[in-house]
Amino acid sequence: MSGLDINAITKTFGNFTAVDKVRLNVPHGTFVCLLGPSGCGKTTLLRMIAGLEEPTSGAIVLDGDDITPLPTHKRNLGMVFQSLALFPHLSVGDNIAYALRIRGASKEEQKKRVEELLALIHLPGFADRPVAKLSGGQRQRVAIARALALSPKLFLLDEPLSALDAKLREAMQVELRQLQQRLGITTIVVTHDQREAMTMADLVVVMGHGRILQAAPPIEIYRKPADAFVADFIGITNLLPAEIDSAGRTTILGTAIPGLAMPVGVAKASVSIRPEDVHLGEAGGRAITGQVTFVRDLGGTIETFVEVGGTSIIAVATPRERPNVSVGATVGVTLPPESCVVLGP
Amino acid sequence: MRREAPKSLADYTPLLFPGLMLVVFFVVPFSTMIAVSFFKRNPSGFYTPDFVIDNYARFLTAFFGGVLGFSLLLAVLVAVCCVAIAFPFTYLLTKRPRRVQTLWLVGLLSVLSLSEVIIGFAWSTLFSQTAGITNLFVAIGLMDKPVALLPTFGAVLAGMVYQALPYTILVLYPALVRLDPTLLEAARTLGASPVRAFFNVVTPALRNTIVATLIMVFVFALGSYLLPQILGRPRHWTLSVLITDQAIYQSNMPFAAAMAVFLVLISLALVGLTLLVGRKENAL
Repeated sequence: MSGLDINAITKTFGNFTAVDKVRLNVPHGTFVCLLGPSGCGKTTLLRMIAGLEEPTSGAIVLDGDDITPLPTHKRNLGMVFQSLALFPHLSVGDNIAYALRIRGASKEEQKKRVEELLALIHLPGFADRPVAKLSGGQRQRVAIARALALSPKLFLLDEPLSALDAKLREAMQVELRQLQQRLGITTIVVTHDQREAMTMADLVVVMGHGRILQAAPPIEIYRKPADAFVADFIGITNLLPAEIDSAGRTTILGTAIPGLAMPVGVAKASVSIRPEDVHLGEAGGRAITGQVTFVRDLGGTIETFVEVGGTSIIAVATPRERPNVSVGATVGVTLPPESCVVLGP
Repeated sequence: MRREAPKSLADYTPLLFPGLMLVVFFVVPFSTMIAVSFFKRNPSGFYTPDFVIDNYARFLTAFFGGVLGFSLLLAVLVAVCCVAIAFPFTYLLTKRPRRVQTLWLVGLLSVLSLSEVIIGFAWSTLFSQTAGITNLFVAIGLMDKPVALLPTFGAVLAGMVYQALPYTILVLYPALVRLDPTLLEAARTLGASPVRAFFNVVTPALRNTIVATLIMVFVFALGSYLLPQILGRPRHWTLSVLITDQAIYQSNMPFAAAMAVFLVLISLALVGLTLLVGRKENAL
């Protein structure tokens, strides 16, 4: 079987369970983002895959071989650390060639591979520079090249872009994704930045309290979050209470939403609806009536905050469909039933 | 915070007190010693002011040259042994839980409270034939009969390494604690075994610290004069022993001063050379 199989892996530190019976299958060549708030166990999971942390129970299987008992240096993987961990006493070229040197590759072989990798990360001719003289983005690329020197089966990255400023980070996300697609290497990235995960991943794995809450392609996670935690963590969402009224209709904030069905036997639930799916219009009719409390015009998008009976609803619109609203105005909020996701109570 | 260069004389006032202390307690006594080293010895009294270089000439005989060579060799050996033992030890110590680290460091600090005399006699008992460690070896069947392990060069070396080891560990500890643990992990993910990663990554990353520690222990060991007398034969005595002998028992202050000045110059030269070699390698 090709790819990485994580089989009921558990890690406990004393009384604390960092990773709790996690199961995950990563097909060969997939880009996976482990996403979650700090302390959710995503880094521990990555470190167990790397062999830097020993699992309390469970197994890690790579291409059909159980690699759980193998020490890190025999696992044939490349890893980029949050601190990058470039060797300060070595030049860029020597950093990249370190893995080859350990394997006893000849000088010419090392030089050739270093040149290949430097071309791959768009830093040709940097081999002799000391690591200390590089910019943040350059150090980032060198760390990536060093991890890829032996063409490993698995490419692991622990919050790799967190040290970069916002603009550079976005550019590197695109570059990293393109690099991964070109090489077709199975890649696992730990991040707490949902935009980063949405940009790069084939498969987003949302974790919380040591468990996997949802593992799905990014757009599915965004459109169909499994629970309130995932819905809230991935992007901005409106979490609204839904009820079945005496007439048997589904209502949100006291207004019936025709076409929105609740699961059988459930009387109360949370509904998640993305701000861009919320429509604002004239008050009256079937719309929920509310008051505009704040308008944030960001140029590219306009966010309108509407208060309905103590609950705030956020609506996002583009300038083209600019809703003609101002603070204090009474508006009608329409929630299209097909965009509402019914979550647990 | 931006540091500005001092402009007026008033900006230098904080330096006044330490400067004064340095002059009174270092520059004046050291200059006196240099002056005395050129004085003439008066066999009936102490010394008379003069300018002779006999004292330095006498030093350049085979005997004193040999003692100087031995002292330097001993100090270098002690420094190398201390760092070779303390570096891996301290490294492993920093990997232990915080509590364990504190206990070890407190233990090491308590060793520092022992005077050189106590250390010397403790080791001389430990190495003796009647009450020494060899009795233990006989008891567990490693040896046939107890032997005396002193006075020997090994005993001197062991005692001095024991004395300098806590200092070495305390100097290495802060640097090793601050070392980024992911450096080692990175080396391991690149295929290096833990031992290989230690020598490839940890050691070079801390090269400057290691050189500084070597110099410190070297200087420390150069001043030792009690342990060689307690644990060694006269041929294991260091230059410090001879300086004391000349100054106190032979009343030959000028010669003792000349030897001391010579020792300082040689040590400075060696330390300078080490730093120079270190800087050259850094530039590569």
